[in-house]
Order: sequence, then structure tokens, then C-alpha cells
Amino acid sequence: MHNYLILLRRELGCYFLSLTGYVIIAGALILLGLGFAVMLLAYNGDTIDVPLTELFYGTMFFWLIVLVATPVITMRLFAMERATGTFETLMTAPVGDGQVVLAKFTAAFLFYLVMWLPLASCLRLVHHYTATGLEFDWWPVVSTYLGILLIGSLYIAIGCLASALTRSQIIAAMTSFAVGVSLFLLSFLRFSVGQRSGFAAQVATYTSMFDHMEDFVRGVVDTRHIVFYLTLTGICLFLTLKVVESRRWR
Amino acid sequence: MTDSAEARAMIEVENLTKLYGRRAAVHDVTFTVGKGEIVGLLGPNGAGKTTIMRILACFMPATSGVARVAGLDVFQESDQVRRRIGYMPENNPLYHDMRVREYLKFRARLKGLSIQESRARVDEVTERCGLAEVSSQVIGNLSKGYRQRVGLADALVHQPQLIILDEPTIGLDPHQIRAVRQLILELGKDHTILLSSHILPEVEMTCQRVVILHNGRVLAADSTQNLQQRLSGASQVLTEIAAPPDELEACFKQNQDIEYHDISPTDSGYCRCTIVPRTGLDLRPAIFELVQTHGWRLRELTLSRHSLEDVFVHVTRPDRDEEES
Repeated sequence: MHNYLILLRRELGCYFLSLTGYVIIAGALILLGLGFAVMLLAYNGDTIDVPLTELFYGTMFFWLIVLVATPVITMRLFAMERATGTFETLMTAPVGDGQVVLAKFTAAFLFYLVMWLPLASCLRLVHHYTATGLEFDWWPVVSTYLGILLIGSLYIAIGCLASALTRSQIIAAMTSFAVGVSLFLLSFLRFSVGQRSGFAAQVATYTSMFDHMEDFVRGVVDTRHIVFYLTLTGICLFLTLKVVESRRWR
Repeated sequence: MTDSAEARAMIEVENLTKLYGRRAAVHDVTFTVGKGEIVGLLGPNGAGKTTIMRILACFMPATSGVARVAGLDVFQESDQVRRRIGYMPENNPLYHDMRVREYLKFRARLKGLSIQESRARVDEVTERCGLAEVSSQVIGNLSKGYRQRVGLADALVHQPQLIILDEPTIGLDPHQIRAVRQLILELGKDHTILLSSHILPEVEMTCQRVVILHNGRVLAADSTQNLQQRLSGASQVLTEIAAPPDELEACFKQNQDIEYHDISPTDSGYCRCTIVPRTGLDLRPAIFELVQTHGWRLRELTLSRHSLEDVFVHVTRPDRDEEES
């Protein structure tokens, strides 16, 4: 635990004490801003009976940010340490492999959450100028953030695994981007097989991240979705640990 | 292994083998390093020095064989071993985005020191390694010499019993090499040190004992003096004598102690002679006597000692493998 916190602090420092972290946040903010603008145009003086979060989700900028930002956040985690050789200094210090993997994952995950914070202020701002006299409905915002958190944890874990597999940051980013996009595109399988009944259709519906997130932005929290993301994140982190340990039996 | 030997040995390596695929990087290596010694691993590139060091530093396990540090198995009790080792890998990798003091503190904390301890130790090692004036600079902006010192400071920040340095002077200029060498000698007073190098004068100057590796095997392991002596059995005498070459030739041939001689005339009547004795004998008095009795003139008489470099070249020369097989 002691070592985990020291490593976590170092990893967080990597993001926030250098320019890289701010460049990523700035990039995400541009996309978020575009989404915000599109959302405002959608309002355009009309009364719309859907939560703000669903409106934002409808702009698709959400997926753009998740798919592009997570590989960039995670690519350096292990690949850079391997490329510069600091992996050797790190692993010959008295630290456990699990502590290293968990600390790196947590740092990337926390950074990812910080990156999403401006969304809350965007939503609050829109609400401030539209719903006069109405109570702000926090629940969809909370569930949306839960969705962001869960999908993020899976994508960050995939990024960790990709980064642990190579010493090139570019290859790490490309791998996790490719896997991430493929997972996302699986969602659309539902449109072709979803109408039919049977096992394939069930699987397609269960793995459709597009639908999961649609539930979250509406304020629906389904435990099946939570279990889905937590297990996949766990599997990816377990595989990352095995890759890091693999130097012992290669 | 007896108790007393166990108490004395800091590193025990027995029949260590490491295979990369089917190629053996280290093959059946056995050596020990006693407490307080400075030992050099010497060998051409690809001899297996780095592999042995990585195994000792618990970065990767051996394929077979045993390696113990301070009596602890490097694979079974890896965590305990890592607490006792200060390891500086090849090319001295550092986090270039961190400041010197910040980095050393991070490393000290990671190696299990408390906040107070780490503060005191970091102060001490920055002083000792001459890093005081750059302690608040970013490592990426430092010169190579300073970076090397940061690596050394990191290796000794937790007061390890054993310091392992992989090529500690590579890529440094002569001044920096001298400074690092001085530091290593100083550290040797209260730490056991294992360092690797392919630069021979380096090892000759800093180490008490040398393990010479070639193609993953130990070719020789002995003290630097012994290694030199082993070859100085054939140490030759260089001399310049003003005498007719054929007379010299006759004299040398008569002398039973001379195994081989070579005479080449130089300027103003002097002949340059290279004389190799049959045994470990020092031929200088005999030559001087010869010159005196004949009334010749002498302007040079030197015993050429074999440096460790000669030993190294001798034992690692490529045709040695063919001789063996």
C-alpha cells in the first residue's frame, strides 16, 4: 500500500507536472466545447423533454473523446519505461508487480476523470440559462458520470495492456485505439442481429456499449452494465500483470 | 558451504545458466564475492555481464543454477534481496522529467525509507556525489557526468550492503571518469561493489578482484595482481645496447635462461633487443653483467609488465575457442 501510494504520486506527477497532461486536457476540451455548441444549437429556444446529458450524448462527441483520449493517456505508461530503460530501475526496487500495474492504472484513470470534469460545468451552465425556476435534476448527471467512469476504466485498462506489450508508444496507442474502436463498433452489430431472437442477438445486446451508455445518460443504472465493465477491466488488468511478470518466465 | 564462508560471502553464484531461446547468454558460471570487496566483471560486449547483473538484481531469473546475495536466494527472497542491493543498470536510465532531489526522494521512499530518513539520506548522498549545486535542476537538462552521479546516488541512497554498477563510466569524458572512479573507490570502503566494464584500465584501477567472462563462461577469476603474475612468467625485457649484432646474437644463444630473443639495429650503433626468459626469471641483472663484461654501452633496460589488457586479450582472443574444440 505504501509503495502503491508513492508510485501513484509519481505517475500523477507525470501527467500534471508536464505539458503532456495539459495538452490532452486541452484537446478533450476542444471536442467537449464542440459538443456543447452542438447541444446549444439543438435547444435553439425549443422545449425538449429529454435530460441534458442525453442531448450531449446525442452529439457523439462523447465517443470521439473516449476513443481518442484513452490511447493517448495510456500509451506512455509502460512503453516509455521500457524504451528508456527505467523499467529496470523500477522493477529492481523492492516493489511488487501488482503495485506497479495498479498504480499506473489508477493514475491514468484519475487523470481521465479530471479530463471529464468540465462537462459538469457545461451542463450546469446550460441549465442555468434555460430551466428557470426548475430544480436541476442531478440524477442523470450522476449516472452519466458513472457511465463515463465505467467505460473509461475499461478503455484505460485496455490501454495499459497495449502499453505493457510494446516498447513503442506509437504502437501502444495504435493497438489500444484499434481495440477500442472495434469494441465500439461491436455495438452496431445489434442493429443487424438484434431483431432476431436467440443467443447471438442476446450477446450482441449485452455487449453493445452504445446502448449501455444510452441507459446511463437517461439516468438508468443497470447492474448488468456495471458487472460487464468491471469484469472486463479486471481481465485486462490481470493480463497486464501477467505481461509485466512475463519477463520472469521468458 | 560452511557458516563462516556464508558469513563472508556477499554474492554466491553457482552453476548459473541463462538461456535466451536456445542461445546461452550465461553458461555454468560460478563465482563468489566476499564482503567489502570491489570486484569487476570484465568481458567483451555480449559476454554475459549484464545478464548476470540483471539476475543478481532480481530483474529476471536464471534458467538454472543458484544465485544468493547476503545468503538470500535472488528468486525465492527477491524482495529481501532488492532491499539490500543498489543497482545502476546499463546506460543509467533515469526519469528525465523529474528534478534531482525529487527523484532521489522518490527512489528513497520506494526503497522503504520513511520521510524523515529519506530526507536525511538524500541530503547525505547529494553531498557525497557532488550533486548539491544541481539538486533542484531537472534531470533531463543535466550533463552526462551529473546524470551518472544521480544514478550512483540512487544506487546508494538506501545504504545497501551491495552495490551493482553496470558499466558505470561508459560515455563519460576522462575527467568525469576519474571523478566516478574516485567515488567508487570511496564507496568501496563501506560497501561491497560489483561493477562491469570492458574498459580494462578502469577495472585494473578500481577492483581488487576480476572475473573475466567470454561467451557466457568464466575464463579467469582472480585478484588483479595474480592475473598479471600468471602471465608475467613470460615477462620480457626490452633493452638497447651498443654492440655488434652478431656478438649479441652469440651471447644470447649461449644463455640457457633465454627462451627467445629478437635483435634489430637502430641509430648510432645501438641494437634494440627484446628478450623473453625461459622461466619467470628477471633477466635484467644478467643483461647488465653481460654489457659490463664486454664493455658495451647501455641506454635502456626495462622489464615490460603485462597489463591486465594483455591478460584480457590473451584469454578472450577469438582463436581460443577453436583451440578448445
